[in-house]
Amino acid sequence: MSSLSQRPADAVVGQAIPHESATLHVTGAALYTDDLVGRTAGVLHAWPVQSPHARATVTALRVEAAYDVGGVVRVLTAADVPGLNDAGVKGDEPLFPDEACYVGQAVCWVLGETLEAARVGAAAVEVDYAPLPAIITVREAIAADAFQGGQPTLARGDVESGLAAATTVFAGEIDIAGQEHFYLETHASIALVDEAGQVFVQSSTQHPSETQSIVAQVLARPSNAVTVQCLRMGGGFGGKEMQPHGLAAVAALGATLTGRPVRIRLNRTQDMTMTGKRHGFHAQWRVGFDADARLVALDATLTSDGGWSLDLSEPVLARALCHIDNAYWIPDVRVNGRIARTNKTSQTAFRGFGGPQGMLVIEDILGRCAPLLGIDPAELRRRNFYVEGQATPYGQRVRHPERLVHAWDDLAARADLGRRREEVAVFNAEHPHAKRGLAITPVKFGISFNFTTFNQAGALVHVYTDGSVLINHGGTEMGQGLHTKMLQVAATRLGLPLERVRLAPTRTDKVPNTSATAASSGADLNGGAVKHACEQITGRLAEVAASGLGIDPSQVTFADGLVAGGGDSLTWEQVVALAYAQRVQLWASGFYRTEGLQWDSTAMQGSPFKYFAYGVAACEVEVDGFTGAYRTLRVDIVHDVGDSLSPLVDIGQIEGGFVQGAGWLTLEDLRWDESDGPTRGRLATQSASTYKLPSLSEMPEVFTVSLLEHAHEDGVVYGSKAVGEPPLMLAFSVREALRQAAAAFGPDGCAVHLATPATPEAVWWAIESARSQPVEASLPHRAEAAGVTIDSGDPSAQDEHEPDQPEPDAPPIAPESEQLADSGSPR
Amino acid sequence: MSRITVIVDGVSYTDEVEPRTLLVHYLRETVGKTGTVVGCDTSNCGACTVHLDGTSVKSCNVLAVQADGHEVTTIEGLSENGELHPVQKAFHECHALQCGYCTPGMIMQACDVLKNNPNPSEQEIREGLEGNLCRCTGYHNIVKAVQQAAGELSSQAVSS
Ligand code: FES
Ligand code: FES
Repeated sequence: MSSLSQRPADAVVGQAIPHESATLHVTGAALYTDDLVGRTAGVLHAWPVQSPHARATVTALRVEAAYDVGGVVRVLTAADVPGLNDAGVKGDEPLFPDEACYVGQAVCWVLGETLEAARVGAAAVEVDYAPLPAIITVREAIAADAFQGGQPTLARGDVESGLAAATTVFAGEIDIAGQEHFYLETHASIALVDEAGQVFVQSSTQHPSETQSIVAQVLARPSNAVTVQCLRMGGGFGGKEMQPHGLAAVAALGATLTGRPVRIRLNRTQDMTMTGKRHGFHAQWRVGFDADARLVALDATLTSDGGWSLDLSEPVLARALCHIDNAYWIPDVRVNGRIARTNKTSQTAFRGFGGPQGMLVIEDILGRCAPLLGIDPAELRRRNFYVEGQATPYGQRVRHPERLVHAWDDLAARADLGRRREEVAVFNAEHPHAKRGLAITPVKFGISFNFTTFNQAGALVHVYTDGSVLINHGGTEMGQGLHTKMLQVAATRLGLPLERVRLAPTRTDKVPNTSATAASSGADLNGGAVKHACEQITGRLAEVAASGLGIDPSQVTFADGLVAGGGDSLTWEQVVALAYAQRVQLWASGFYRTEGLQWDSTAMQGSPFKYFAYGVAACEVEVDGFTGAYRTLRVDIVHDVGDSLSPLVDIGQIEGGFVQGAGWLTLEDLRWDESDGPTRGRLATQSASTYKLPSLSEMPEVFTVSLLEHAHEDGVVYGSKAVGEPPLMLAFSVREALRQAAAAFGPDGCAVHLATPATPEAVWWAIESARSQPVEASLPHRAEAAGVTIDSGDPSAQDEHEPDQPEPDAPPIAPESEQLADSGSPR
Repeated sequence: MSRITVIVDGVSYTDEVEPRTLLVHYLRETVGKTGTVVGCDTSNCGACTVHLDGTSVKSCNVLAVQADGHEVTTIEGLSENGELHPVQKAFHECHALQCGYCTPGMIMQACDVLKNNPNPSEQEIREGLEGNLCRCTGYHNIVKAVQQAAGELSSQAVSS
């Protein structure tokens, strides 16, 4: 067991404690960025001038009329930018564009004494646009060959011969929906400049270091002249990894030009129309099974909807490719990826970061094909699991595949799946107009940033002379409980009660060069750094105590506020006082980097992940045959978090992740105007009144979550595993249960295609397709009803279904391109 | 401009407001009650829920002038003498919050549900909170917290 993962008895980690800010939250005292406005004197408010066109050249910008509006102080345009007019790290995100690339893009900003003055001022700005043809859908982009960024291929073996040797080859397509983050707190930044010109930006950002770097780039200042602080976020989910930077930069620019604090807070419609979302995807696939229904080959091409700029689309695509196998061994694989350039918001990170879309491809294949193979979908999934000794298509050995089997079997027993399957069959036989479906699906999700460099973190731990402890680390808090876990790690390592340790907000002048709090890795990375800092301090204090106790430093232990050894002990406070008197350093900076990672993003090969997190979910639904409306009756989950650092927090993440995934797959329906009318490209679902989010009425009637037992993860802080993203994909079970319920309206062995999101409308169409299938249909006909083609064995016919292949000169993902996507290093 | 007098969390405020000012903006910007937050702007999320004369309202859907002469309780006025209200305590203990942004509204709505129905079934809790969105928790612990608070409040009622 590594010393990093070793956990002392009675540790503070592992205790089920409430969120560290819970008292502040329940009393309304917790501050979010925009709550600071009233505490800051002389704040100016910002309002954007938004493009009404999906694509148009800005031919003229006349701002004079805005200054005639009472209270307008300043209009910010490209001419005001002293540095680089770009909000991204790729050079393709002009902050003040001369070509508008999507409906809602800000072309300039107005600052006013009040928000109302800024709003009226923005309405007074006159912009002349020359509209240009716009691409809205992925399919339009494919037809127009409109791609951006690298076009990676992840391959193993020989997919052609794999397919040729298969007993059955199916081909099909799927369109995968995007998703709005709808963090409850919209984007917010407030910037001020101090007497020495130091810029201080408080921002709702998951990536303060990159926000700092972009602000510096726009202002043409060095990074040391810009400080970014994030108190906490009212939700992030990836939507505040890249998207806050431009907003922070506008606020900072306004503050430097006016000398006054500037606040930007997007209202909900601005947030939804201006900022990026989960990538929608389109996938084409051919898949081969052998006579035992084992996967033998998969050939797929994934096209993501990148929106107007590259943003994080390349690493998102890479993760999608790396998760197309989910939990399944597929010997011969070829997966191509490409990023469509469309005139929409810049699609970006969202919990799972492409992983969910990649995994959905294979889960959809299995769900659609199981009836065509004449096998129960649960058995089809179980049979294709990885076993010890196998590796992913990108060459990483799959460690602990047996844990997934344990989780699966444990869940089957806990949720009584055998008996309930029989009950579902009886129910379905008795009810012609209502059907139930019961599905079980697995999750295997790789933990670490794909790009190795980002897997590092820093921390600062101060012990004051009264023995109290203050910690600071590079991760941000968005509700996921990272700060709670970090307090537990510090208290455990210092052997102190939790109350002795406090945590200070995340700031770039405390811990520099941090990675985004993303990729579920916040606790792994920052926990390693906090522990490292604590260990330096206990190392020094052990020497102080040892001389006091007359023993060897190696015998000194830290527990329960006591520093003990040789049958004697001193209080923590006594040792701290002694150390100070002896001029021993009482604070330390910690650093952590994940060992053992290696990744070649051009070849798409290596071992990019420290480990895999596993989970299994079973879901039962009931569908109404007249309307397609459905209820989720029961959900059971067994999920692997290693040895939990904080069980209340982890179970909360699993529940919340599952529900968010179920929202993506069943409810949340982003609609863009795809017509040729004047509002082409407009997001039609601009608020919660038209964009359906999961609410209490969609909650499962029964919902149980258990943590997988005996799940210690060696080499990770206190034996834990990351938990942020993997549970989202447990929601595949809902979609598959809906598919099975819809199919139950048709003849036995009926296969159906279910659109994403599986709204009641989509379910109703699936039911219709099931109902219209004749009882004794031939296999090709049954397949066709599910949108699947069966390969005839004729090689020329097979080519017809071959997914699009990249042009020979298609660019790969260059390592530096992936690096730039996230590192915040100025180009 | 209209002059209004509103009692907020037990303190009387008299202010000039524009007639179209929303109650939530008055509370946040004029009175400084930032515990009440804005989530959606469209009266869908419930993050801005406060009590107007003891009944829950979405304060983004009420004009400040409508509160003239009335009493508003926000999340900041719920605890008494530094003692958390039983609903606050239950949200704290049950981990019924993550980012906490929905929490003030959830708690204010839960208080209203329990006031009208001290012993709600799970279904009644769900229906009572249906107009409040949470993007983080998946709601499970929120329901548990309201159940726990209901138990606590009814045992208080019995003992008093
Ligand atoms: S802000 Fe009032 S209901 Fe959402
Ligand atoms: S805790 Fe984040 S929205 Fe409810």
